[in-house]
Amino acid sequence: MKRSSPTRQRLAALALFGIPLLTYPLLALPEGRTGGVPNVFLYLFGVWGVLIALAAWVAETPSK
Amino acid sequence: MTSSWFVAFLATAYLGVLFAIARYGDARADAGKSVITANVYALSLAVYCTSWTFFGSVGRATSGGLSFLTIYLGPTLMILAVSVIVKMIRISKSLRITSIADFVASRYGKSQLLAGLVTVIAVVGVVPYIALQLKAISASLDVLFPMSAEASEPWWRDSTFAIAAVLAVFTILFGTRHLDATERHEGMVAAIAFDSVVKLAAFVMVGLFVTFGLFDGFPDLFQRAAANPDVAGLLELDSTRAGTWASLILVSGLAILFLPRQFQIMVVENVDEGHLRRAVWLFPLYLLLINLFVLPVAIGGLLHFGGREVNPDTFVLTLPLSQGAEGLAMLTFLGGLSAATGMVIVETIALSTMVCNDLVMPWLLRSQWHNLAEKKDLSHILLGIRRGAIALVLLLGYVYFRAAGEAYALVGIGLISFAAVAQFAPAIFGGMYWKAGTRRGAVSGLLAGFLVWLYTLLLPSFAKSGWISRDFMDAGLFGWPWLKAQALFGLGGMDDITHCLFWSLFANLGLFVGVSLLSRPNAVEASQAERFVDIFRLDPRAADSRLWRGKASVEALVGLLERFLGPGRAHQQLAAYAARHRVADWRKLSADAQFVHFAETQLAGAIGSASARVMVGSVVEEETLGLDEVLDILDEASQVRAYSRELERKSKELEAATAELRQANDRLLELDRLKDDFISTVTHELRTPLTSIRALSEMLHDDPKLELADRTRFLGIIVTEAERLTRLINQILDLAKLESGQAEWTTGEVDIAEVVRESVDSLEQLFRDKQVAISTELPEEGSAVVLADRDRLVQVMINLLSNAVKFVPGETGRVEVTVKADGGQVRVEVADNGPGLSPGESELIFEKFRQGGNTLTDKPQGTGLGLPISRQIVEYFGGRLWVESRPGQGATFVFTVPLPTNT
Repeated sequence: MKRSSPTRQRLAALALFGIPLLTYPLLALPEGRTGGVPNVFLYLFGVWGVLIALAAWVAETPSK
Repeated sequence: MTSSWFVAFLATAYLGVLFAIARYGDARADAGKSVITANVYALSLAVYCTSWTFFGSVGRATSGGLSFLTIYLGPTLMILAVSVIVKMIRISKSLRITSIADFVASRYGKSQLLAGLVTVIAVVGVVPYIALQLKAISASLDVLFPMSAEASEPWWRDSTFAIAAVLAVFTILFGTRHLDATERHEGMVAAIAFDSVVKLAAFVMVGLFVTFGLFDGFPDLFQRAAANPDVAGLLELDSTRAGTWASLILVSGLAILFLPRQFQIMVVENVDEGHLRRAVWLFPLYLLLINLFVLPVAIGGLLHFGGREVNPDTFVLTLPLSQGAEGLAMLTFLGGLSAATGMVIVETIALSTMVCNDLVMPWLLRSQWHNLAEKKDLSHILLGIRRGAIALVLLLGYVYFRAAGEAYALVGIGLISFAAVAQFAPAIFGGMYWKAGTRRGAVSGLLAGFLVWLYTLLLPSFAKSGWISRDFMDAGLFGWPWLKAQALFGLGGMDDITHCLFWSLFANLGLFVGVSLLSRPNAVEASQAERFVDIFRLDPRAADSRLWRGKASVEALVGLLERFLGPGRAHQQLAAYAARHRVADWRKLSADAQFVHFAETQLAGAIGSASARVMVGSVVEEETLGLDEVLDILDEASQVRAYSRELERKSKELEAATAELRQANDRLLELDRLKDDFISTVTHELRTPLTSIRALSEMLHDDPKLELADRTRFLGIIVTEAERLTRLINQILDLAKLESGQAEWTTGEVDIAEVVRESVDSLEQLFRDKQVAISTELPEEGSAVVLADRDRLVQVMINLLSNAVKFVPGETGRVEVTVKADGGQVRVEVADNGPGLSPGESELIFEKFRQGGNTLTDKPQGTGLGLPISRQIVEYFGGRLWVESRPGQGATFVFTVPLPTNT
């Protein structure tokens, strides 16, 4: 991991992307339930999981 | 009910396993085979999840629903800022920084004051947090043995003390193996990673037990929760608390960097920056997994126990116990124990390093230095101090735990600690990215932030516990309402954490920036600022040697190293340094600036950068550099960098120019070769007719008795060959003129239709001889008038037509000439039904002396110069000449000449 490596920049971009997704006002959008499970529960863990998956993909892909 | 002896055995056995793992890790490290892989590193970061996570998250979830997640979303987002973490690691490695206090102090001129201040903030903020861990262990024992609660001095109270003592022994054994704190504690890290696995496994087991054992999976659990009005509220987020949500994400994101234990694990214990690649997603994944079942367990507990008085913090234990699942309860107990032990061990190591280096050492160096100076080897004393500090920190934690009991000051300490370490953010971020930050700015900012935190968060927590009067909260200090502790300047309507965070960071950041801008750094600060901010760009050794001037002796510095590191370790490091500088024996090293810097860095690893600077200063005569001088040197360094970049750019340009020249040269060589080829071809072409003329003339000359018929035939050949020779020479001259631009052109208005008609007429005889049909399709007169040389165009036309005649078969041969004027140009096509050309030939025939057909077997039918000349002529008038053909399909020669633009 060298200075200004694309991997690090992509990860930082991911963080900047995640902040609005995991805070208000977007957090107020999911309401109601799906199959009994509250949508906000699914939304939070879903977004979180996707962020982790993307981070894994970005970080573990060897960059040139 | 499980016997107390069994639990005691289990706890002892678990700690025994930790010991074994740590020993194994250390043994492997000593053998040079590190057990710290990327996965171990990522798991050890999960020391973030303490018993406050293990037990406390469920408790928070029973009152705040999903808001407990913020504590884990913040770190997830923060760890994605890998470049910040890599920068912290790089700086710490290069300067042998061993704690967060040292990090701040080193940046701001190796200031002892700052190091002490950061240490005090950390100790005040974090020791209660250690107490919370001990309380968690004690509380879980309470749950396992409720009967004994009435006994006057029950044994498990002491058992908490016993566990604290065991942890102290563990920490001392594995945390102070080396004096040099930058030496990593690999055994300890391996044990922490193991802790992480155990606590995750235990929590997930309980989660599965509750969700799928007590209930019928997630949908069932949530549906039953929704049906219960007391619990249903937990399923929705409270959007009026949007501000709290954001501030909790911020404070926990900062905590993942600045909690002393996180700094220790993430920065000091880091073996390889590449491990972050794994940690950046594995650690968040860990957080996600350990939180997945928090809400289900909380809901399960609330539904199951109904209105009964059960502390929600203990649901993870009480739920399995209520179902008689004692094995699972034991596992949960171990999970809680592992969460607590991991945190206590790492936090204690981190704090003890800070207390030793930044509080005790400066005091020792000042007050009793005369006594200490006589000792040859101080390393044992230093180790003793550090061990004492570990015992002290744990003892403080234990005392606080006993004193606080169930008080709010203990229960709420998690976030209060986070808010305390958040105060480091301006000084550290500012220090890493802003060169103008000064020591005065950092001290004022930290002090202000700490005091505001104390007043708005810690003291109110004492007041809520009933330890001090609530007056300053309810009425304000001195009765001034704008000083109400949790509504400062009338700012109400926030929760206490957000309120504290806002005011403390406002004061902290404001003073840090403001005072920094108003004060000037001293020389050391300026050079450290450069080192921190430009860590990725700077060659560390280059600046060090220029930034120090003075006189030093190797003996004095070596003596210093021996005293503080112990002779064995000092000699080892000296030998390594000598080897790096290609000196056979370290005793022969010269005491130059680099050596002084080496000695100071080594000492910094042992006693902190501030004390190291004082110690080195005491044995060398340093010439004090003024700030301006230092800035000059630094500017020079950056100028040198700029110059070297400029140089690099120039050399790249030079390379490019060289490459161009080489290309031009290649092209010239190629042209030269072509010229040679041309001459030899011309010579060859000239010689062929000449030879036949000569041969026939000789025959005529030598043999006067030749028949008349033969004579006439020979003379006929001679005339033809001579004509061909003349034509050849004319064409070569023509081509030479065209190519050298010396041809004469008489440009005027030319009607191409007329040119075609004239050319066809002049070749009529030729077509008739070979019985080739010719047809023309011409536009009306005057519509294809171009600016050109009429004779030259006739030359082109005749060339194309005579070529066509040559190649079409006799009798069935057909040649069509079409002239069209459109699109700003006149297009002339000469199509034949001859054998056609392959794609390769289509280009070849425009080269000089290349002819259609097989030149090896067939007799050449032309000079091979007609088409090249024609092309030159057409291109001279701004047009193009090419051929469209396929073998067996005939060939169409096309040329275009642009129409004059003004017509």
